[in-house]
Amino acid sequence: MAFQKLKVALVAAATMSSVVGVAISASSNAASASTTVNWAKVTHVTKSGPTSMTALVKAAKKEGKLNVIALPPNWANYGQLISGFQAKYGIKVNSENPNGSSAQEVTALTTDKGRSIAPDVIDVGTSYALTAKSSGLLAPYKVSTWSEIPAALKDANGYWFDDYGGYVAIGCNSATVKCPTSFAQMLAAKSSSGYKIGLNDSPLNSNSALAGVIAAAVANHGSLSNVAPGVRYFAKLNSNGTFVPIIANASTVQSGATNIVIWWDYLQASGISPSVKTWKVVVPSDAAVGEYYSQAISSSAPNPAAARLWEEYLYSVTGQNLWLKGEARPVELAYMQAHNQTNAAWLAKLPAIPAGANTMFPTTAEIAAAATVVTNSWATKVGAG
Amino acid sequence: MNSSIFDGDMAVGGAGASASAPPTAEVFTRPKRRGLRRIGFSTLAMAPFIIFTFFGLGVPVLAVIDHAFRTEKGKLTTANLRLVSHGVYRLGFENSIKLSLIESILPGILGVFLAYAILTSSSGWLRRLVTTASGVLANFGGINLTFMFIASLGSTGVLTVWLKSVHLDPWNFGFNLYTFYGVAFVYMYFQIPLMVLVITPALGGLRTSWREAAQNMGASNWQYWRHVGVPVLLPSILGAMLLLFGSAFAAYATAQSLTGGIIALSPIQIGNLMNGNVLSGQVNVGYAIGLGMLVVLTVTMVLYGLVRRRASKWLQ
Repeated sequence: MAFQKLKVALVAAATMSSVVGVAISASSNAASASTTVNWAKVTHVTKSGPTSMTALVKAAKKEGKLNVIALPPNWANYGQLISGFQAKYGIKVNSENPNGSSAQEVTALTTDKGRSIAPDVIDVGTSYALTAKSSGLLAPYKVSTWSEIPAALKDANGYWFDDYGGYVAIGCNSATVKCPTSFAQMLAAKSSSGYKIGLNDSPLNSNSALAGVIAAAVANHGSLSNVAPGVRYFAKLNSNGTFVPIIANASTVQSGATNIVIWWDYLQASGISPSVKTWKVVVPSDAAVGEYYSQAISSSAPNPAAARLWEEYLYSVTGQNLWLKGEARPVELAYMQAHNQTNAAWLAKLPAIPAGANTMFPTTAEIAAAATVVTNSWATKVGAG
Repeated sequence: MNSSIFDGDMAVGGAGASASAPPTAEVFTRPKRRGLRRIGFSTLAMAPFIIFTFFGLGVPVLAVIDHAFRTEKGKLTTANLRLVSHGVYRLGFENSIKLSLIESILPGILGVFLAYAILTSSSGWLRRLVTTASGVLANFGGINLTFMFIASLGSTGVLTVWLKSVHLDPWNFGFNLYTFYGVAFVYMYFQIPLMVLVITPALGGLRTSWREAAQNMGASNWQYWRHVGVPVLLPSILGAMLLLFGSAFAAYATAQSLTGGIIALSPIQIGNLMNGNVLSGQVNVGYAIGLGMLVVLTVTMVLYGLVRRRASKWLQ
């Protein structure tokens, strides 16, 4: 008997939801239906109706939480972005594995699938976004400011879209050495210069360190698609006695083990500058190589509305400016500058692009090719000394 | 094959084999049933361990083997294994094995002498201090250890600066912390205490009565060690060294943070492939390296099992 009732109820519910589905696809104005919108399938917010911004905020608040992964609080100002989002919408942000890598983010999408703790959104190196997309792990979504994101920096269908980036920069402790402003100056320096040049990590493991090698290649007659000169560059530094292969960070700078670090400008700003007051960050005059990270929404997000609202927040003027405050370059920066939406004080703090520099952005294919070259030659070329 | 590692299994198997050799009436009836009951009970008692081992070790091993033979899309392939047997991945195996050999032999020898010195020392508190310290230091590794060495013996380290002031800067004598031998040097810091920890019980098993007996028969100190001490201890020492081999073979964070990838080592390569930010979509190549490491470690464990069986004969 009870079973019968249940069955009837199920059938009724199914019928009703299909009716609602039809209603939505016909974009009716049934405001009461907004609670039954399947936000996991929504690809953009509409001006009005059940998939409007207002409805999204309401649905996201109802979900009440958002799962993010691998967002260190001091990385591109994510700490303030998260607390700002929580304060504005009253949605609790669960930050899992803040120091995780892109690979771990994609793995978490697969392994946590179907669990309430699964990541709703990811922030990964673009090549990982492509992997995740081809594995069917991402849901397409276009934020309201979609047209302000340069076409080269997003997936045409909205499966991923770049968020913020920066340039490979030379950070240097001006209290201990005469700071170099180019790769050429570092190459010319002998060990008597006192230069102790480090990368933020192994280029076999870290996208930013790999970008450092690519930039070194660009500065030494190589190119984005020819990184072998970059590997040779570091081999030469190593034989000069100016390269220190440890994982350089604020502590290795404070202890004096490294006094020059090649790393993203915005991560130097948040990772080293606060603890080393004499830290100077410049974009090298002989290579202005930049990269962006990418945002994407999980296709099995446990909080699909909150995930979409988070993206809307990140790509709002507020969100973009908070990245700028973290000395990262938000993807909509050019548009915002043209429309006078940037915070002038925060913009002024960005390391300047040297006059006449040709800014370059490697494609994912170029990065993948560079990764293979560096993986196969780093230990044999640089470690041979 | 695998069961030869476990002394318990061997004992059961051995007893069964020798019992069935002389076919008397008794063997066919009572002893057999008693044996069965004993096996039944011991198996039951072992069940939690067996279940734990199955899920904690068996399943991951099977997963590693499975993934190693598949493409990222799940098709069967031997491409991963062919890839890791060449070039930089092969170099990784060579370096890892070379490093582990150094890290088993040198700390092995040093550890024996240190353990013997402590054991025969008349000071009880020194003995306890060193034993406790060994327990702590044997588990000290990773980024903390790296940073400790950078801060003390790096090119601007405290100790280096101090030695420099007396014109003994080790970096002027070819010392370089950020090389293969630098890594080997740093590993000693946890390998020697590990050796002390595992060899002390074996040294303790060297009975004073044996020494007295040898001396009563006119043996010199040298003769005692040559004919009694070393032959008795050798299996234990070799066994402990194999354990050190395994420990060094699997160490990861220390080498990674000290040399940032300029030295190819298998565990670091696995980390790059499976956990990195650079090489996307090559996870199964990492599994293939894992399979290679499994093979090396299985050989080590089988050797360890054989050596251990010889050693336990003397120490019972």
